[in-house]
Amino acid sequence: MKDHPAFRIGKRTAGYLIRIITLLIATSIVAFILVKLSPIDPVQQYTMGMADVSEEQRQAIADRWGLNDPPVQQYFKWAMAALQGDLGESTIYRRPVLNLIGEKFLNTLALMLTAWVLSGLIGFTLGVIMGVFRRTWLDGLIKRICLVLCSVPTFWLGLVMLLIFSVSLGWFPIGLSTPIGVASSDVTFWQWLHHLILPAVTLSFMQFANIALHTRQKMVDVLESDYVLFATARGESKWSIVKRHGLRNIMLPAITLQFASFAELFGGAVLTENVFSYPGLGSAASEAGMAGDVPLLLGITLFSAAFVFTGNLIANLIYGVVDPRIREGSSGG
Amino acid sequence: MVDNSVAVVPTRKRFHLNRRAKTIVISAFIGAIIVAVFVSGMIITDDMVAANFAEKNLPPSFGHLFGTDWLGRDMFLRTIKGLSISITVGTVASAASAVIATIIGIIAATGSRWLDSFINWFIDLVMGVPHLVLLILISFVCGKGLTGLLVGITCTHWCSLARLIRAEVLQIRTQQYIGVSRRLGHSSGWILIHHILPHMVPQFIIGIVLLFPHAILHESSLSFLGFGLPPEQPAVGIILAESMKYLSSGMWWLAVFPGALLVLIVVLFEKLGDNLKTIVDPYSANE
Repeated sequence: MKDHPAFRIGKRTAGYLIRIITLLIATSIVAFILVKLSPIDPVQQYTMGMADVSEEQRQAIADRWGLNDPPVQQYFKWAMAALQGDLGESTIYRRPVLNLIGEKFLNTLALMLTAWVLSGLIGFTLGVIMGVFRRTWLDGLIKRICLVLCSVPTFWLGLVMLLIFSVSLGWFPIGLSTPIGVASSDVTFWQWLHHLILPAVTLSFMQFANIALHTRQKMVDVLESDYVLFATARGESKWSIVKRHGLRNIMLPAITLQFASFAELFGGAVLTENVFSYPGLGSAASEAGMAGDVPLLLGITLFSAAFVFTGNLIANLIYGVVDPRIREGSSGG
Repeated sequence: MVDNSVAVVPTRKRFHLNRRAKTIVISAFIGAIIVAVFVSGMIITDDMVAANFAEKNLPPSFGHLFGTDWLGRDMFLRTIKGLSISITVGTVASAASAVIATIIGIIAATGSRWLDSFINWFIDLVMGVPHLVLLILISFVCGKGLTGLLVGITCTHWCSLARLIRAEVLQIRTQQYIGVSRRLGHSSGWILIHHILPHMVPQFIIGIVLLFPHAILHESSLSFLGFGLPPEQPAVGIILAESMKYLSSGMWWLAVFPGALLVLIVVLFEKLGDNLKTIVDPYSANE
């Protein structure tokens, strides 16, 4: 029973899950402490736009929010509420945070998913091409492009894309996920797609270099191995070698890497959304930071951490479950 | 620019440089460019980038290489000044983060097992929150501005280097001379200072240089979002954020050139890091 693969996989998954839960709890504690250290007074922030608020009223607000309690008690109160799905109310949107995150995340998810798939496909294809034509001018050229792309700031790439495709060519709108003056419920699928393409392409450009370079390395390793030499000696064609020995071996690490890149994807989305004024979680995060919207900022931090940990979990599971070498591997590794 | 210095080398037959010497020459050249940008940015005074309404919204020309903005300020000078600020922030932050990485890496490798796994867990924690979200959070806590920027970048960039240094120390600790030294009666502290730390110096220096591109990219991203430096200091991120308002009026030079120069500086730093790595550790050139 103990040596059964299913048992081992279950044990491994449970281990990861425990790790993720401790990490999430720690993230919430750290984020909470950080926010409490902030010099910005939440009551002041809340009452900013209102006409004269008396000292008693301030006290009443502080009492109601529990700001006069000891910090530990405040944390537990907040954490307990968070566990029940109540992350408080955003001070800039005046709406429940969870509700807001859910709505914004759908937008961000569409953006990130498109970019994620695009960057995976482009990166993988380029990596395979580089590996097959290794040490030729084509390999060198693509490699250079990838290395330079690693040094390009996301937001600048976004600006250049806007300049070329929106301002000069006029192919795409300058911003927003829906046309101006149209209610969000009336937007057709094509309009929505039209506004999504440019941000998604920008975001995918920031991601594919990494995966392409990684895939190239793996492809070169495989193609220069002894078994490929043997396959060549047997008379297999180049394409069949790439398909049967190359792709099968490098697909899994590439997919794993894609899942492990959720953190960069999210960071990139923050910038891309700001450049294209795309109403997602990323632009909400920077708005919350600028306006001192503590509940929203805390909510987004927690949510993004959960998102990244999920990606890491999937990456680990794929490695552990799909790859037979690791599945059958000795003693928990 | 870089090609010129290389091209000079092989033309004279007598004067031949081997690969190592070439690498050193290239590194020195890149270093000189970066220092030049930094120093000229320091020299440029506010008067030189003062508003001049007679020359506003000019496209690039020989008089104004990068054109002028809506206040008639020369964009080339503004960009250089901004880059100089970014280089300062990047250097300070990456040096600080390299120090943290070294200390934490060594503690993880030499301390007890639970400390090691705790540090590992903590690194997972820091890497778990997307950098930009963490940077926004820290910068919010520090009340925006330069302090938040420096603290944020320092706190988020040490992780990978710390892991690298931990692995390196673990490997050195298994070497025989460490065992001999221990048998000779030297204390752990003595061994740490005399045998382990000297091995960390090259890692540390390369670490700073390779951390720099990330630091400067995050600095400009954060400034772009409005969290970093105040608008009076023309950091590249701020220049680009301002340019967004003028994109639709066709003033492309406001965005294209400052960003391109930023990319150039980042690429140069990355090249410098690679070259330094090849000089310190020649085997890595074959990777």
